[in-house]
Amino acid sequence: MSSLSLAYLMPALPEIFMALSGLGLLVVGVFLGNGGTRTISWSVAVSFAVAALLLLGLDWDRIETFNGMFVLDRFTGFMKLFVLVGLITSVMISVRFLYQVQIARFEYPVLMLFAGLGMMIMISANNMLVLYMGLELQSLALYVLAAFRRDQNRAAEAGIKYFILGALASGMLLFGTSMIYGYTGSIDFDVIGQTLANNPVADTGLIVGLVFVLVSMAFKVSAVPFHMWTPDVYEGAPTSVTAFFAIVPKLAAMAILVRVLYGPFMSISADWQQIIWFMAAASLIVSSFAGLAQKNIKRLMAYSSIGNMGYALIGVAAGTQVGVGAVVLYMIIYMIMTAGVFSVILMMRRNGIGAEDIEDLSGLSTNSPLLAAALAILLFSMAGIPPMAGFFGKLLIFNAAVSAGMFNLAVLGVLASVVAAFYYLRIIKVMYFDEAVDPFDQQIAFSKRAVLLLSVLFITLFILKPDALIATSMSAAAALFTG
Amino acid sequence: MITSLAFYLFASILVLSALMVITARNPVHSVLFLILGFFNAAGLFVLLGAEFIAMILVIVYVGAVAVLFLFVVMMLDISFSDLRKGAMQYVPMGLVIGAVLLLEFFTLFGAWQFAPEAMGQVSAPIAADSELTNTEALGQLVYTKYFLPFQLAGLILLVAMIGAIVLTHRQRSGVYKQRVAEQFARKREDAMEVRKVSSGSGA
Repeated sequence: MSSLSLAYLMPALPEIFMALSGLGLLVVGVFLGNGGTRTISWSVAVSFAVAALLLLGLDWDRIETFNGMFVLDRFTGFMKLFVLVGLITSVMISVRFLYQVQIARFEYPVLMLFAGLGMMIMISANNMLVLYMGLELQSLALYVLAAFRRDQNRAAEAGIKYFILGALASGMLLFGTSMIYGYTGSIDFDVIGQTLANNPVADTGLIVGLVFVLVSMAFKVSAVPFHMWTPDVYEGAPTSVTAFFAIVPKLAAMAILVRVLYGPFMSISADWQQIIWFMAAASLIVSSFAGLAQKNIKRLMAYSSIGNMGYALIGVAAGTQVGVGAVVLYMIIYMIMTAGVFSVILMMRRNGIGAEDIEDLSGLSTNSPLLAAALAILLFSMAGIPPMAGFFGKLLIFNAAVSAGMFNLAVLGVLASVVAAFYYLRIIKVMYFDEAVDPFDQQIAFSKRAVLLLSVLFITLFILKPDALIATSMSAAAALFTG
Repeated sequence: MITSLAFYLFASILVLSALMVITARNPVHSVLFLILGFFNAAGLFVLLGAEFIAMILVIVYVGAVAVLFLFVVMMLDISFSDLRKGAMQYVPMGLVIGAVLLLEFFTLFGAWQFAPEAMGQVSAPIAADSELTNTEALGQLVYTKYFLPFQLAGLILLVAMIGAIVLTHRQRSGVYKQRVAEQFARKREDAMEVRKVSSGSGA
């Protein structure tokens, strides 16, 4: 393909559009000032939507461009589409919040746009260098967002903590990459994969390099033992940022983790499967027991997300196509449930001040029965109780683990979900059976209601036609196995 | 002969100045030794034939980073002796961890293998007999083969800049800004007033 033809740029069209609209909106934002935050936010949401349309318009058969550094196939296309959906949702539920806590600055949505661009690039990376660049673009924007409420000590602390640990993780990624390059002589995914396939007994140095890369990615998906930052950052960051952190970057990080392991390192899967196995088991155990003691709902959601990453990692550890399909479906359902839960958390405001404790939900069923019912449905789904969508996600994961012969991991997963069900059900108990406290503020933005409604509808109606999404997830996973 | 002499000269000064960076009592001296260290490291790179990295080291690290350090050290009101208080208690543990890590890397390095085809697929080799300097070789790659990472690096720097502005810029009251448009729009009537002053009574 000639480097001057338009076809060369086409596979990256959504990313190019996002980059250009980010630059454009930055200029517009400077002219509008902070009063234009609402306009810029909605423009960013529209850019995400246009990028999604552009992505849908592309042909998703595997194609490489930028000298093999960027790849678009069914898997990356599908994951990027849902990343964009998550991005649109997180912009929608955060606009009003920015004004409520007086951090309405136009850079906020622009940073979200660049973070989203980083995720898209990262998912499509076909080269360790581009992977690093995408990861860094995403992380750098996220660090700033975490500390966005800079006059608050806790937000600043969250930002610093996230930044230092994130920088360490980036360093590890580069160090591991250098070792992989040292063994194979290439940073290109395809060449690494080919070299490893030709040499079945890999060198120890390469394994050490892979471990470093895995550590860095485990940090990004916050899998135990690299989860320490998650509760503090989730609690300290402004709630809309926490929602963003919980909804989107996890999906992107899991996608690139799967692409790295099932792409270049597929032929040494026996080596990484034990590492993922351990991280999955540790995440499940730590999150379910640590979650029991939490009083702050944002911290609780942090442990919940660690646990959910544990379930997804079970599917990754399986090392099969069914496993990857289950991971894709699980992550999508998790993303939709989290969007719903966080739109409720963002609605928890009493006399203009955000309420963040589980106790604040006391008697929600008498004050606002619909909201309580919606949250109850979401939490039942999180706990994995049929017939909600969350149940099917877990079912597929356990199915993949059992068919790969990982019975102990499947049993551990079921036991952990029993423990975790306790803290989800405790919230429901607080809402329905505790003494009512003052009602929440009634003015709720339409976009938040819409996100909550869509999320609840998806969760409850998933059972009517589960095959559609499951089949798409499986065919997305199949794209990783045809090469 | 000359080369090995130059190597030992650069290397020993580098190690000594690095040692001085962490032992000097005066932080300004530390930064100056750091600059000396950078220059010597640049010399080592020149000996290796990597003149581009040597240039970058001098321009970026000496010209920007070290001078910035110097500014920070001289301008900020931080008592470095207070910061250093209690640092000694971490030395034994730090040495142990450092030694273990070093040992592990030596083990790894000793047993290092290359994939048989590694030499053939090195990312961007320069032919041994080519006349290219490595600055030219890099220039030929950055805008062509590595076009995508190059553009992404630009975006990352932009985000870093936005972040720095968002996190530090604040509206101060009582600061006079120059607004050129307003200055031009000002008419004589706004600025001055002509009054008749009757003689003997004052303004």
